[in-house]
Amino acid sequence: MFPTPLKHRSTAANISYRLAVPITLLIWLLPLLAVALTSMRSIEDINQGNYWGIPSDWNLVENYTEVFKATPMWQYLFNTLKITVPTAIGSIALATMAGFALAKYKFRGNLFLFALFIAGNFVPFQILMIPVRDLTIAFGLYDTTLGLVLFHVAFQTGFCTLFMRNFIAQLPNELMESARSEGVKDWQIFIYIIVPLVRPALAALAVLVFTFIWNDFFWALILVQSDEVRPVTAGLNALRGQWLASWHLISAGSIIAALPPVMLFFLMQKHFVAGLTLGANKG
Amino acid sequence: MSQKASKRQFNITPWLFLMPALIMFVVYVLYPIIQSISLSFYEWDGLGEKTWVGVANYVELFDDDRFWLSLKNNIIWLVFFMLAPIIGLAIALFLNQEVAGIRLAKSLFFFPFVISQVVVGLVFAWFYDPGFGLLGHVMGFFGMEPISVLANEDTVTYAIIIAGLWPQIAYCMILYLTGLNGLNPEQIEAARLDNAKGFKMLWYIILPQLRPATFIAIVVTVIGALRSFDLIAIMTDGGPYGSSSVLAYFMYEQSINSFRMGYGAAIATALFMIMNIYIAFFLWRMLKSEER
Repeated sequence: MFPTPLKHRSTAANISYRLAVPITLLIWLLPLLAVALTSMRSIEDINQGNYWGIPSDWNLVENYTEVFKATPMWQYLFNTLKITVPTAIGSIALATMAGFALAKYKFRGNLFLFALFIAGNFVPFQILMIPVRDLTIAFGLYDTTLGLVLFHVAFQTGFCTLFMRNFIAQLPNELMESARSEGVKDWQIFIYIIVPLVRPALAALAVLVFTFIWNDFFWALILVQSDEVRPVTAGLNALRGQWLASWHLISAGSIIAALPPVMLFFLMQKHFVAGLTLGANKG
Repeated sequence: MSQKASKRQFNITPWLFLMPALIMFVVYVLYPIIQSISLSFYEWDGLGEKTWVGVANYVELFDDDRFWLSLKNNIIWLVFFMLAPIIGLAIALFLNQEVAGIRLAKSLFFFPFVISQVVVGLVFAWFYDPGFGLLGHVMGFFGMEPISVLANEDTVTYAIIIAGLWPQIAYCMILYLTGLNGLNPEQIEAARLDNAKGFKMLWYIILPQLRPATFIAIVVTVIGALRSFDLIAIMTDGGPYGSSSVLAYFMYEQSINSFRMGYGAAIATALFMIMNIYIAFFLWRMLKSEER
């Protein structure tokens, strides 16, 4: 292990390390802690400039109720959910099939297609912006959930295919071959053999895609304009103009928008990190 | 695999599995790229007729100070974003110990990455506010006059980059923590017997083993730097006077706010070409490791 494990070090080193970790953590998360505290402040505190001290009044319930009562926050959250869940399902379904094809069949253009899906991941959004907007308008899907979902599915499929292809490539070929010699059809092999085996990859991708799409701001800005469809990121941005200096409400809104992916991360940490660090361990 | 058969005759099965993904990808990624590049040779307000203008958009771009300013800011983003792998590695080394509660500490260090950039932007805009932000308090504590870093042309880009570094460092840290987990203990023990330690050990023994993590950290950091848009839109709208704009934001602003789609497409094409250098590099590396 590197650095030298603490159990081989002096007691002083051990004690100072155990002190240093929470202190750095505190500094690291300071901006966020301040926002969390401010989301519980009263308007009097805000007006008096008490942004960093202990709140004089704990207004947790009042502030959060106010956010949900005075703004379409529920709507925004629900909209985000309507975008993220179908996107995760759609892109992972497409990518599992495509990844299977790329991993287990040899055909001309295989590597080229794989490279294409990888390259697609890194494309700047701006090169897609105008045509995707026009296309969405032409399909009659501007300012609809489906319009956003279709684009997200297409874009996330690139990343998911890269992931799935590498995962499926590691599965032993013998499984398929013996099934095939028994006369099992390819689509049956896919459904009954491959899909159950890729379950860990499905979980990792699901949390990742969910988080990426939950946090998308750019496409929500480009493809959507009404409160009925707007996800929570774009909604928060719109509310900022309306709330002006009501920092206790802005803070509460920010916390609400940030909470679901944070909770998902803490619940599904293992899968999340596995997905994100794909390849960090091998050449 | 039925390779004997597939070598001689065309096998449709893989194409059937690929078809749905491929169709979506062509419609929403490949075709728009071609469309954008071709649109960059037109003038178009987004509604009326498109007028062919040849390379006029590119000629204008070349003489446009805002383009060069945005490009310069992109380069500043790129350079300073490279701090993310370095600081990420430092934090990973710091946290790579086995003490009670360290797993929770790792998670807490990581989770800024999970938060939306919109929220990160709001948090930092607030942090920087000269009236009540913590930065102002700290400066006041040291007897300095608090300045509004987001309203100052000389500081604004750096201030936004710091906000962007926050989640990016977290991402690099998690990559390195995974890398550190997979270190070869025998090599380290052997080096320890040879009396290697500290920085020398890190440089000659550890870093070479962390190369895959470093590679991914740099790739995602470059992409993150060139993609920077959300924070700028949230924190400054490219201001003051366009001084914090980057190509991604400049393109958005020209197309959506100024209705200059052709010009916007030209900016996007320029950004795309820059990004292509990195994409080509990444693919080359990736496919090379594929051959092994």
